[in-house]
Amino acid sequence: MVGQDPSASPAIGALENANPLIYRRQGERPVTAREEDDELPDAIDDREIFDLIRSINDPEHPLTLEELNVVEQVRVKVNDAESTVSVEFTPTIPHCSMATLIGLSVKVKLIRSLPERFKVDVHITPGTHASEHAVNKQLADKERVAAALENNHLLEVVNQCLSGRP
Amino acid sequence: MMKDSLTLLSRIPAHPDSRCWFLAWNPTGSLLASCGGDRSIRIWGKEGDTWVCKSVLGEGHQRTIRKVAWSPCGNYLASASFDATTCIWKKNHEDFECTATLEGHENEVKSVSWAPSGSLLATCSRDKTVWVWEVDEEDEYECMSVLNSHTQDVKHVVWHPNQELLASASYDDTVKLYREEEDDWVCFTTLEGHESTVWSLAFDHSGERLASCSDDKTVRIWRQYKPGNEQGVVCNGTDPTWKCICTLSGFHTRTIYDVAWCQLTGALATACGDDAIRVFEEELLSDPHQPTFTLTAHMARAHSQDVNCVAWNPKEPGLLASCSDDGEMAFWKYQRPEVC
Repeated sequence: MVGQDPSASPAIGALENANPLIYRRQGERPVTAREEDDELPDAIDDREIFDLIRSINDPEHPLTLEELNVVEQVRVKVNDAESTVSVEFTPTIPHCSMATLIGLSVKVKLIRSLPERFKVDVHITPGTHASEHAVNKQLADKERVAAALENNHLLEVVNQCLSGRP
Repeated sequence: MMKDSLTLLSRIPAHPDSRCWFLAWNPTGSLLASCGGDRSIRIWGKEGDTWVCKSVLGEGHQRTIRKVAWSPCGNYLASASFDATTCIWKKNHEDFECTATLEGHENEVKSVSWAPSGSLLATCSRDKTVWVWEVDEEDEYECMSVLNSHTQDVKHVVWHPNQELLASASYDDTVKLYREEEDDWVCFTTLEGHESTVWSLAFDHSGERLASCSDDKTVRIWRQYKPGNEQGVVCNGTDPTWKCICTLSGFHTRTIYDVAWCQLTGALATACGDDAIRVFEEELLSDPHQPTFTLTAHMARAHSQDVNCVAWNPKEPGLLASCSDDGEMAFWKYQRPEVC
């Protein structure tokens, strides 16, 4: 579905990347003394955003986006004061046909989890995908994202990626 | 100098828990139609100082209603939906009845527009096509032409204010213009320059100029040059050439989703993904072939989320309506600032 609409069905059948490299997961986030003090306001930070997306499932492997190194904390940038979040994700292979679906899952997860004031930008890590520009343009087009999410089949696939593993 | 040039009159939750995608004033400026992600159209009218919902058009579409457009006579409203259809609603006192459903597009219909004569309608879709429909006296709609010039999703269509000339904007980063030729419609020119999706278009009152806004965060002003023009702009045959005469860049920080050119005052308003509304005016003594536009209003946080649409009232100068992803619609009074 490279270069196609996110509403197109993902390919079913043979795995594109049968033996992906698997990375170690990060530990739990340590809670700081400041955060334990309910009197103090806490800005949303990069690690909190990363925690929201690290356990999203890959569409074709029983692994998380963190385990496949598709998302990394260093590629998450949040500016709470300006209400912006930017996430770069790295497809496992440069021709990954699931790139739009993965990006859409990250975007949907953040839109559902964050306060509505946030502007969520999701991009492919520069230089890591053959159709980087086309995928980025689709993910940035809120009208096409809205139309895609009115497609029940696609919404089901996205929700599957977003449901935590049992 | 910009202080208080744009003031809030009122704010209304037009489509609660949903997006409000688009607004359209009827030709007399007495009614405003809004549409949104809740699959409904609401018609708003003024009672005293407040805008109230006069009717809800709820049964026409199965999915998001992206845009609405009034016929030039004000008796019909067309609605473009993600359900791949366009509905035609006939006004009957304060009620509206769906009298026709136009089918044919393969997927989401993104925009609809009536020609100034009222006998032609254009629709466009993610299926990359623009359709021109003819309306007969029995209110029957027939597709006259399917235009395939765009290579991507077509976002917006708008007719020239007084000629049968159609413009479309696309995800392929271009604007295209069409005219009739021997019972068919043809694309006679493509306006290239934007570096990303062109979201919306607006003609000025004369129809000599067209404004386009884009995901590239710029607004471009295009001007028509007819064959034999004094400026020496080269034309192809008898068709005019449309040339970019001004680019407004550096003013917007995110995608510009809509542009509205006031037919009464010439003020140009923009709706931006950075939640702001901006108004620009042409400098009085600027060269018409190389005009300068000045930012005369900048309302940061005009809405709490993206602004999707701006619409000038066609009869009351300076009355501006806007709507947002937050589901709200707002009314603003614009006053051109005094020149210092």
